[in-house]
Amino acid sequence: MPLQSLDIVRRSATTQPPPGVRVAASPSVAKLIDTSKCIGCKACQVACMEWNDLRDGIGTNVGVYDNPPDLTDQSWTVMRFAEYEDPSGNLEWLIRKDGCMHCQDPGCLKACPAPGAIVQYANGIVDFQEENCIGCGYCIAGCPFNIPRISRRDHKAYKCTLCSDRVAVGLEPACIKACPTGALVFGTKEDMIQHAAERVQDLKSRGFEQAALYDPQGVEGTHVMYVLHHGDEPQLYSGLAKDPRISPTVRLWKGIAKPIGLALMGFAALTGFLHYLRMGPNDITERDEEAAAEARRRTEGQTKRPAPPEARPPGPGKQS
Amino acid sequence: MSAQAGRVETTRGGERPRDRVIDGAIVRYTAGERITHWIVAIAFILAALSGLAMFHRAVFWFSVFFGGGPWTRVLHPFIGVFMMLAFVLLAVLVQSDNRMSAADWRWLRQWRDVLGNREERLPEVGRYNGGQKLIFFVQILCLVGLLVSGIIFWRPYFASYFSIPVIRIAALVHAICAFVLIIAIITHIYAGIWVRGSVRAMTRGLVSPGWAWKHHRAWFREVTNGTSPRPGAH
Repeated sequence: MPLQSLDIVRRSATTQPPPGVRVAASPSVAKLIDTSKCIGCKACQVACMEWNDLRDGIGTNVGVYDNPPDLTDQSWTVMRFAEYEDPSGNLEWLIRKDGCMHCQDPGCLKACPAPGAIVQYANGIVDFQEENCIGCGYCIAGCPFNIPRISRRDHKAYKCTLCSDRVAVGLEPACIKACPTGALVFGTKEDMIQHAAERVQDLKSRGFEQAALYDPQGVEGTHVMYVLHHGDEPQLYSGLAKDPRISPTVRLWKGIAKPIGLALMGFAALTGFLHYLRMGPNDITERDEEAAAEARRRTEGQTKRPAPPEARPPGPGKQS
Repeated sequence: MSAQAGRVETTRGGERPRDRVIDGAIVRYTAGERITHWIVAIAFILAALSGLAMFHRAVFWFSVFFGGGPWTRVLHPFIGVFMMLAFVLLAVLVQSDNRMSAADWRWLRQWRDVLGNREERLPEVGRYNGGQKLIFFVQILCLVGLLVSGIIFWRPYFASYFSIPVIRIAALVHAICAFVLIIAIITHIYAGIWVRGSVRAMTRGLVSPGWAWKHHRAWFREVTNGTSPRPGAH
């Protein structure tokens, strides 16, 4: 919902700026997910369901811990479990809480054709406003992380809101509140980057030389960040994108193709109008009718006798 | 005859075989062809308006004609498929007259004379000119492109069977094909307005002999010679 307490800075399919005289008092926020501290308990999934009144159906066991096996319209966050054998033969269980990354440059918002169905607040949260959603699924095509899901029930797109309703009143997201190990922390983006730096330093001292903060710049940074032990290989974490960015196809489609395409269509119609003003109608004249009549008389002269033009018998091979 | 220059008199309605001179006018389109054409035309307008509404924010308001954003999204693909089916029917009716010939390419190369209304310099035109034939083939290509790409991201029925990169490409291809088709149709509509008598040909089915003489002389000769302009046509 468009909350009074959260100023909107970007709105899908909207060319005029949203109300913007208020200077955002709240700085940009971020959720930091420390994969090295996550034990995969799924308390965050439960808290998400509870706070957001979501009850996913009972699924089927697909042989792994992931439950449900993928994000759905009812499951806005999912723990993804990956077994990884490092070069020295040690098995690592890499657990990643998947969900919306709240990109600073959101591909979903860029792709969305419905005015106001996707907004970005001044604090960085990207939120879907389902009452404006038309269910086209362009957000799915636009997202570099494969996050939004369209409900089979109401044909609207859903995803993590970063508990914008809680954040708006100064609370932390429900998942943060539920995390028992401190793997999830929430605060200003600046503080989270600082906290991540300490965590990375600690991990490096424990032998994870490549530990790093995941705040991909291809989407101008995200408001959900990870601390990864293997910062150089994010793909190890159930296929986390190494260098996510809005697909060039989407950029072309929703970038230049849109205005240029529409302008050229208008230009084509205008060209026709101007051509008409310049040339006038392409009409036939008496001379054309006379020439036609003359031509007909000649052809009929060649065939036996001239028949009255009004009652010309049908020629051969023309019976319908 | 000459008293009727530019005018088409009709005394009778009902079915008339085409390419025939009746009551001083030439039958260009049968009732079946006209009805099929206008079904395609109306479906095209609806598909284009609903599609454009989802293409650019500036024309999102077109969605009011369809009952709002969600209804626009729901109806657009069905309208599109309906248009496809009707177009197939129309294409079957007119395809035999739309084979490109060397004269047609020459006609197209002389587009300056076409736009400059110097028709006397152009090669004699049969039932359709090079531009009409070109638009016919552009329509076929675009509609095939629209159908295939559209199915790929048709929600909720088919999109789930395709990967996201495929859907992205399909959406781009859909937009490009729609753009080309809309430009082609704008040209088609303008040609119909510019060349007087064309709209009447598609509404009443009749053109005057002078019209056929001026714009489609080879067809005129075939009609008035009493030989069928289309080999093998009935």
